[in-house]
Amino acid sequence: MKENGYDYSVVRGFAFSAIFWLIVGLLVGLWLAAEMILPQLNLTPWLSFGRLRVVHTNGLAFGFALAGIFSCTYYILQRLTKVPLAFPRLARFHLWLFNIAIALAALSLFAGMNTSKEYAELEWPLDVGIVIMWVIFAINVFGTLIKRKEKQMYISLWYIIAMTVTIAVLYIVNNLEVPVNLFKSYSIYAGANDANVEWWYGHNAVGFVFTVPILAMFYYFLPKSTNLPIYSHRLSIIAFWSLVFGYLWTGAHHLMLTPLPEWIQTVAIAFSIFLIAPSWGSVVNGYYTMRGNWDQMRTNYLVKFFIFGITFYGLQTVQGPTQGLRTLTAFFHYTDYIPGHVHMGTMGWVTMIISASFYYMMPRITGKELYSIKLANLHFWLILVGQLLFTVTLWIAGIQQGAMWKATNPDGSLTYSFLEGVVALYPYWKIRLIGGLIYFVGIVVFTYNLIMTARGAGVKLAETRAQTA
Amino acid sequence: MSVYSKPITFALLSAVVILVGTFITLFIPMMLPSTQPVSDYIKPYTAIELEGRDIYIREGCNNCHTQTVRPLRTEVARYGEYSKPEEFAYDRPFLWGSRRTGPDLNRVGGKYPDSWHYKHMNDPRSMFAKSNMPAYGWLAKRKLDTKYSYRKVSILGYGYSESDVRNQIEEYRKKVTSADYPARAVRESVTPPELRSELTEMDAIIAYLQKLGRDVKALKKKEMRMVAEASPVTASKRNPFAGSKKAAEEGEKIFKKNCAVCHGEDAEGGIGPNLTDDKWRYGNSDSDLYTTISEGSPNGMPSWKGKLGNEAIWKVITFIRSQREQD
Repeated sequence: MKENGYDYSVVRGFAFSAIFWLIVGLLVGLWLAAEMILPQLNLTPWLSFGRLRVVHTNGLAFGFALAGIFSCTYYILQRLTKVPLAFPRLARFHLWLFNIAIALAALSLFAGMNTSKEYAELEWPLDVGIVIMWVIFAINVFGTLIKRKEKQMYISLWYIIAMTVTIAVLYIVNNLEVPVNLFKSYSIYAGANDANVEWWYGHNAVGFVFTVPILAMFYYFLPKSTNLPIYSHRLSIIAFWSLVFGYLWTGAHHLMLTPLPEWIQTVAIAFSIFLIAPSWGSVVNGYYTMRGNWDQMRTNYLVKFFIFGITFYGLQTVQGPTQGLRTLTAFFHYTDYIPGHVHMGTMGWVTMIISASFYYMMPRITGKELYSIKLANLHFWLILVGQLLFTVTLWIAGIQQGAMWKATNPDGSLTYSFLEGVVALYPYWKIRLIGGLIYFVGIVVFTYNLIMTARGAGVKLAETRAQTA
Repeated sequence: MSVYSKPITFALLSAVVILVGTFITLFIPMMLPSTQPVSDYIKPYTAIELEGRDIYIREGCNNCHTQTVRPLRTEVARYGEYSKPEEFAYDRPFLWGSRRTGPDLNRVGGKYPDSWHYKHMNDPRSMFAKSNMPAYGWLAKRKLDTKYSYRKVSILGYGYSESDVRNQIEEYRKKVTSADYPARAVRESVTPPELRSELTEMDAIIAYLQKLGRDVKALKKKEMRMVAEASPVTASKRNPFAGSKKAAEEGEKIFKKNCAVCHGEDAEGGIGPNLTDDKWRYGNSDSDLYTTISEGSPNGMPSWKGKLGNEAIWKVITFIRSQREQD
């Protein structure tokens, strides 16, 4: 479809790159979940848990989520500016560079080349490549914005701009390192400062990869797929500015009760509580957009993804700040409660919104209807059930583990050895693996549906629908 | 014209907005020396310990093990003294971790003898049947690469000369390959013959683990000695359960769960000495045994006072005594 000369080839390319890395990352995740209960599966050095876990996190956060973000950004950008991409060939180069970088990232992590800083494990040559890639992306974003035909920038574009600027700052500051050779480097920061920088980055990677661009999709695709205007423009302005202001103060809630200066921890917790307001600003805006039209939850398969997605976002943004409070962090930190928290955000919010966005875009790119709404619904229920089984199980496991670590006998000695605390979790880890498998089947259904749609197996779109911008 | 129709202004404004929190919580602490203090009693890693640390990083040990003991009562009882900021002055990167699938390691140095680590790294389930830690026996089959050791310590500014580094490496090699290295038997059982006279990656990672928290423990010991010297009265301790059959049975259960890994199922010895004979390294009175169990010993016996508590320690002693009476 070439109306207005829009370039959809990169949108499609990034969408399928996202799906590819999603499948890879989830397979690695399943293997890891199995290793937790069957340590014999650590068959080779490159399959050992310590190396594999970073392949899982990087593969999904950057391979899947970033590719999904690039795909949707290139789509939204052209639609909301009413002009084609400023540099379409640069965008195609971006697509190739991205996939090469992620493949090299996976290989180097398998080989044990990693800096140990969470979600920033890649060694310095790859860091340089990623910064170049980001600059290429930013050139297209700002180039297209500058030559836009629509004067006002819609909410989604604010979030895209904020992401583009902030990720650059975060990535560069956290990855400053001194090379020893091509494969090894040392952070320029030491000890507590390194920890502070890392979690400022780590938390805002969550903020500006898993939140800000996903909100851009939410604010664009929810009104588009429901034909309803967003409830309040003013609320979205307040929510946007307070979110991007508040996020950068909160990294140290990952470092509660560590040797980091106490005032940084306290400030982080204060701002974490503050962030509930702008987060829920978007949740409320989403819910109120549906007012009077809640029947679409039944009639429009896309609405389920968006509304459940934003609901998981809402739950996450209350759970996160509360688990950072000193008394609760003392109990929950380092237990499975935290992976439980993270996975509701990624498997619930992020994946549901990206899935639905792809379902919305793909028919408009190919000019054919979605291959199967039935399969889309099956995909929805499988990933919902799989995710809930996974996350709720880990919350319960975390509570049990925290309680066992804290339990004392009347004379003040510890009731349980560390190993007893591990053994007690095996049943939960089995259920987590089952949840992950159900989720994976859902993603396979999604992949099949999307491939069939892209191949043009669906019915031709009505001409009128194809023209709605 | 509002900011919502000017993309470049909007981008600049967002940059300013995100940099406020960044400046206050990140850049200001960096400029304050109190954020990462440096103390004399904390020594930098030796070249070998640093190589071990790099293997720890390469294998992603930080994905399952933390290195910060929080100032919480049960945490101090489980792991030892809580972590102090000055301990991390030489840590680039930091390795505090975020999840404890395995236990914290910030106080693991000196807790167990080297032999314990060789055996455990090689096959964790030979010591703890239900452990889910991956086996790292293959580290003993790889020769340690020290090509970049000097470059590494100079980048980190540890202040060693090139010959210092060479000496550190050679001295450590001599230590682990010497005939009277206490862990010799276990080391040789996991190291292939052609590498027994060389340094392996396993040797280095164990050297690193033994460094963790060692300086803090040394300081603590010094403080305790000073207190003890100031108050020479030591209470004599007697076993409240002496001769009780029931206590011996309970003690046996506690022993099997906690002590048998090193001292053998029937206290016949293993990594740790035989407890059924007449030889006692640290005295054979009830009070001596109590002190050894609760405080640990320099040859690798961990301190059990936080983990077991008073009563359980006496029950274990009752059990050990009952073993000898049977023979």
